[in-house]
Amino acid sequence: MALIQFTNKGIYCKQGDFYIDPWLPVDKAVITHGHADHAKWGNKSYLCHTLTKPVLEERYNLYSNVEVLAYNETIVINGVKLSLFPAGHVIGSAQIRLEYKGEIVVVSGDYKTEYDGISTAFEPVKCHTFVSESTFGLPIYKWQPQQLIFDHIDSWIADNHTRNKTSILVAYSLGKAQRLIQNLKTDYPVYVHRTISALNEAFKKAGVDLRTTIQITPEIKKEELQKGIVIVPPALADGRWIKSLTNPAIGICSGWMAVRAGRRWRSADAGFALSDHADWPGLLNAIKATEAEKVLVTHGSTAIFSRYLNEIGIEAEEVKTQYGNEEAEEKVEAGTEDKVKEKQ
Amino acid sequence: MKRFAQLIQELELSNKTNDKIDALVAYFNEADERDKPYVIAMFTGKRPKRPITTTLIKQWAIELSGIPEWLFTESYHSVGDLSETIALVLPPAANSIDKPLHQWITELAKLQGKTDEEKKEYILTSWNNLATQERFIFNKLISGNFRIGVSNKMLVNAIAKQSEQDANKIMHSIMGKWQPNEITFKDLTTGVHVNTDNSWPYPFCLAYAIDTEPENLGETSHWQAEWKWDGIRGQIVKRNGELFIWSRGEELVTDQFPELHFLKDELADGSVLDGEILAVKDGNVLSFNILQQRLNRKTINKNQLDNAPIGFFTYDVLEYQSNDIRTKPLAERRLILEKIIGSLQTRNVVVLSPVIAFETWQQLAEIRETARNINSEGIMLKHKESIFHAGRKRGDWWKWKINPYTADAVMIYAQKGSGRRANFYTDYTFAVRDGEKLVTIAKAYSGLTDKEIKEVNSFVNKNAIEKFGPVRTVKPELVFEIAFEGIAESKRHKAGLALRFPRIARWRKDKNVDEINTLDDLKALIPAVE
Repeated sequence: MALIQFTNKGIYCKQGDFYIDPWLPVDKAVITHGHADHAKWGNKSYLCHTLTKPVLEERYNLYSNVEVLAYNETIVINGVKLSLFPAGHVIGSAQIRLEYKGEIVVVSGDYKTEYDGISTAFEPVKCHTFVSESTFGLPIYKWQPQQLIFDHIDSWIADNHTRNKTSILVAYSLGKAQRLIQNLKTDYPVYVHRTISALNEAFKKAGVDLRTTIQITPEIKKEELQKGIVIVPPALADGRWIKSLTNPAIGICSGWMAVRAGRRWRSADAGFALSDHADWPGLLNAIKATEAEKVLVTHGSTAIFSRYLNEIGIEAEEVKTQYGNEEAEEKVEAGTEDKVKEKQ
Repeated sequence: MKRFAQLIQELELSNKTNDKIDALVAYFNEADERDKPYVIAMFTGKRPKRPITTTLIKQWAIELSGIPEWLFTESYHSVGDLSETIALVLPPAANSIDKPLHQWITELAKLQGKTDEEKKEYILTSWNNLATQERFIFNKLISGNFRIGVSNKMLVNAIAKQSEQDANKIMHSIMGKWQPNEITFKDLTTGVHVNTDNSWPYPFCLAYAIDTEPENLGETSHWQAEWKWDGIRGQIVKRNGELFIWSRGEELVTDQFPELHFLKDELADGSVLDGEILAVKDGNVLSFNILQQRLNRKTINKNQLDNAPIGFFTYDVLEYQSNDIRTKPLAERRLILEKIIGSLQTRNVVVLSPVIAFETWQQLAEIRETARNINSEGIMLKHKESIFHAGRKRGDWWKWKINPYTADAVMIYAQKGSGRRANFYTDYTFAVRDGEKLVTIAKAYSGLTDKEIKEVNSFVNKNAIEKFGPVRTVKPELVFEIAFEGIAESKRHKAGLALRFPRIARWRKDKNVDEINTLDDLKALIPAVE
């Protein structure tokens, strides 16, 4: 009997009777991280990392039935030892390690191997079965060191200021936004959209040391925004509000920007290939470090990546899940945000 | 090359014409003097001979990156551009060298005639010294094919702005015969080379589609109406005993049409005619489908000459007795044209495109409805006082096309696009019903908004039945209205017919697959002429 199975509701551990990142409501959900395609609303109880709890609270008003664990802390559920290890994807993101009668399975959710200065650095975990994403599972994706990318963004912003343009960076509310805030040069005040601000405050309350940002309100003048840096989630990138700003220059921060088609598709003024997912070498190195006998590829370039793994002698299989490409993720994110707003 | 790489990036990221022109002007202000003619040559499609085959380049890239060939192919499908795919899959560069653009191009040209080993050595060394973006440019230099959304007109406008010269003159100049290694940017912009060149064509005067009711154009007597032909727009240039035939794409196509070569003897020196290259048999214009058999061929056999004989329907004269008469009014040019055609000894090959007599707009509208019977796509309206403009100009010339045919068809295959649309399923194959079966009739890839493409994309991801490389078979469920300009019998297609210029008119979310058209519906549209 396999320790985990893929059902129509999500990744299921029968022995412990819990699901990992279920996409349909279940009784007990273990959550890898706070992105909307992994953490869904409507489960009866949740187990996640200490720093994913503020996200659930902020996004879903979930204040009860959420149990937390720190990294490297273990609990036992009906004989299954469950512990969390840093996935390096966003603040609070965790790989979930399950051990039962000597068999070890690691469900990694989303991960990246480079330390981003804000999320606890990815840690490879040895296991028999490794469940991996493959969002950027093609050899065309090789990220530059993040310092180079931030230098690039900083000089783009400085250039925009000399040309009286308003610098707008497009980044996910959870993860990319905090990563930018923490790594950009501190020359200019940072104005953030409400959804980002809310998460920042939640993280600060939970003890994360985040740089001060200013929430965008109708009272803030356009000249002030032009003198600072504006960060908004993708759902707003094509909106009218942005077009109403003074000489807006839009910079999209996403791994898809590594390819020209991705940059042109989004019709941005600049594209920065800054990703919270592992690149091709990152995926391969992470998988090799697990020494897993079997790799299950959940989302992204699943067919291609698993075929390649098999060819280099790592047994791999593609599994169907509903973890999404980033497009779906951002739509869900925006939708949820609106719903939460209506409730409040 | 760094400055050129910057230009390419700026051009690619902007979708506003003015921003692109600004980027080009800035480039021509700042770039190395010797680089500029090369850039103009590349952007106008003046390609040097490829020094190395695509196959070899690809093979070396696969070898160097250490990935299997199938993975390279998958990467290519995701990127949508071979030069870029290679730039991305190669290992990071070990060093960095910066040579000016013209030096790279000259070095590449010198590879001509070298052994494959020598070529490989040069390419691999270069790759290892260039960052990803420059590597991409370098690969593009090898293929000589830059398609980055800069039209000739846009380039000309930018050079005109930068050099403070007349745009028409620049257009003349860059369309003429010149070599980037033999001419300076200044000579090119002032056009010193064009006077001595017999072949140069004039920029084509282009029409916009009419965007109003013809009634709003005023008095019918001010307008000349002609049939709009569905062939290849061509310009015939005869100077100093030499004959040149230019296509709209600014390619010399003289050799492709021997039927027209008699003009070398019969047309006076210093004459330039504008008209349509068509397949014509016994005075009747044949469909574009038949003309196509004659296009882009290096050699033409007797069979092709018999099946698709060429005629030239001329409708304007731009140069007469070595004088540029483009600023004379159309009515006057037409009289000159009639005189020229009347003096030809060979009859029925180069003919006047007839002027349609009409009194009222209503009457013309009725005549227009008969266009398909003679393989015309509608009517051209030209103001009798109009000059022959350089390029597209609103107001004097209008296209008044007949409405396209339409059919409702279901999507059965989807394939990822290329270029800007790589990574999205944007190329669809459509089918209509033939009894119990579905039979494919067309492939189309335009007419949907970005939002709709995303929607179809997610449908394909969820409903893919089979995979053949980049192609997905999908559940026949999405119905689209396909518009097309013509329809003809075809032995090459399984359906037994071929559509001309099929594209998606709209997504019929209101229809389901039971309501699509049948093959018989389409066959009934094939004109009797064929």
